[in-house]
Amino acid sequence: MNLATVSLAYLRARALSTALNVLLLALGIATITLLLLATSQLEERMQRDARGIDLVVGAKGSPMQIILSSIYQLDVPTGNVSWKQAQELARHRMVKKVIPLALADNYRGHRIVGTNHDYVAHYNARLAQGRLWQAPLEAVLGAEIAAQTGLAMGATFVGAHGMGAGEGEGVMHETHSYRVVGVLAPTGTVVDRVVLTDVASVWAVHADQYDIKDVARVAELMPDDEKELTALLIQYASPLAVAMLPRYINQNSAMQAASPAYETARLFTIIGVGVDVLRAFALVLIIAAGLSVFIALYNALLERRYDLAVMRTLGASPGKLMALMLFEGALLAGIGAALGLALGHVLTEALGYAFKAAKQVAVTGWTWHNSEIWLIVLALAVGVVAALLPAWRAYRTDIAGTLARG
Amino acid sequence: MFELRELRHAYDSADVLSVAAWQVEQGSQWLVLGPSGSGKTTLLHILAGILKPTAGRISIAGQDLTALRPAELDRFRGQRIGIVLQRLHLVPSLTVMNNLSLAQYLAGLPQDGARVREVLTSLDVAGKAGAYPHELSFGQAQRVAVARAVVNRPKLLLTDEPTSNLDDARCAQAYGLLESQARACGATLVIATHDQRIKARMSNHYELKAQP
Repeated sequence: MNLATVSLAYLRARALSTALNVLLLALGIATITLLLLATSQLEERMQRDARGIDLVVGAKGSPMQIILSSIYQLDVPTGNVSWKQAQELARHRMVKKVIPLALADNYRGHRIVGTNHDYVAHYNARLAQGRLWQAPLEAVLGAEIAAQTGLAMGATFVGAHGMGAGEGEGVMHETHSYRVVGVLAPTGTVVDRVVLTDVASVWAVHADQYDIKDVARVAELMPDDEKELTALLIQYASPLAVAMLPRYINQNSAMQAASPAYETARLFTIIGVGVDVLRAFALVLIIAAGLSVFIALYNALLERRYDLAVMRTLGASPGKLMALMLFEGALLAGIGAALGLALGHVLTEALGYAFKAAKQVAVTGWTWHNSEIWLIVLALAVGVVAALLPAWRAYRTDIAGTLARG
Repeated sequence: MFELRELRHAYDSADVLSVAAWQVEQGSQWLVLGPSGSGKTTLLHILAGILKPTAGRISIAGQDLTALRPAELDRFRGQRIGIVLQRLHLVPSLTVMNNLSLAQYLAGLPQDGARVREVLTSLDVAGKAGAYPHELSFGQAQRVAVARAVVNRPKLLLTDEPTSNLDDARCAQAYGLLESQARACGATLVIATHDQRIKARMSNHYELKAQP
């Protein structure tokens, strides 16, 4: 027998009202938990994908589109850039490293990315099986691709033209088939979702008009003027480049520079509006829950005024009655918060499952975000605040007056 | 024992109770009689320490109640005074067992399950320990209310109109319970009532007069 036993007994005695209050609070907390987990994971994942990339250079067009298409492999590219211009840029003194990207085809909706070994190294991807590509038309699969397509080491496949399946441009490149020479271990980055190969592979597949028989020598045989890339991932050699390089590129070349940091921040501002609306909605739910808890406790107080007076006659101090009401509010809120967090995690996992089917960014509910502690604090605070006035009334219970009326 | 001296209580400057002096031996049993409005309930509340008299002194078991700080008074009340109210007022969401444990807990005493069972057994309601108040008959509820009042072995057992709505047989039964339980824990028993049926059973009467 203690405050908890008494509070629990009272909550049980009003099971319906208790359930309603817990549910209201749980829905609010679950919504915020879902937003918190989903946006933080999305943000973290996007930041991880863009980490170490100072600038992306692509064909003239929308900077956002360049970032989405070349870092996140989500949107279609803005066009192609000439290989010669790319070579010139790579020699610029403010450029430390350039990772070339050549995008043109997909395999069953998974992008085939022509690049060099620096791309693999940049994302710290390790081989789970086999080796990296050494020649054109050798392919290395990202971990998710390997799992989803079931392609094994040594398997061959052909790419379809275009950036994704079902876009009406799926012309198969039957004449050139890729061979799987390696599979990467999971990295938790964009690398997991692409098929990697040499830049020259992409040239070879699209160089039919040059009638190149020796695919291994496509880079030598193809005229430099005809070679094209889709985008360049650039690392700056000096902090000064931030101010100078993008402007230099935009003014002196047919290429467009896009800053991942700026564009992703912009993207999150756009997404943020929706997130804010949902968050406001969740807060309204929580406030409604707080009001509902208040009304429930206040009614309980009126119902219980004789109980409270009797407890005083049994030796309870006014402080103890106050503590009883506050504890009941906190208990209600605590149960609501626990249920809400659990619900939020399950919903996030369900959302992640739905996303997975759409081959979008993976989100899981089986993770903990430190801000969730603040959600618990918020819920408890709502419970305690809602209980304040009833607690004060309980504190002020006039024993003799109440009993005399009874 | 308890002692009242020059006790006076007023609501809105109209006296509702005045007791010049009243001294009672420990363990004795008293009936407080008086017409409606003579202040029986007020006197009982003052004795229980839940109402502070406008003037006068009151001491119970050697303790001057007016000298106690509020927290001490609460504790004193929980440990030394048992109260049975006319409407019983068991806590409806707690079982019989827990209603008695609550009395021990709120009085700041160790929770003694053996004592709870002992009291319930002596009042012949041990079989209802797990029942909720709404599952009890009136007679059972009354026994539980008495059990809750005596579970902490009070020095003073106060009851307000315990028999007014009962038929003769039940009236006798209720009085018997109070009388025997008070005796069992050596408590002074004070029954406030206007029920004339009890008058014959008790020798010590204290008459309150209607206030002008």
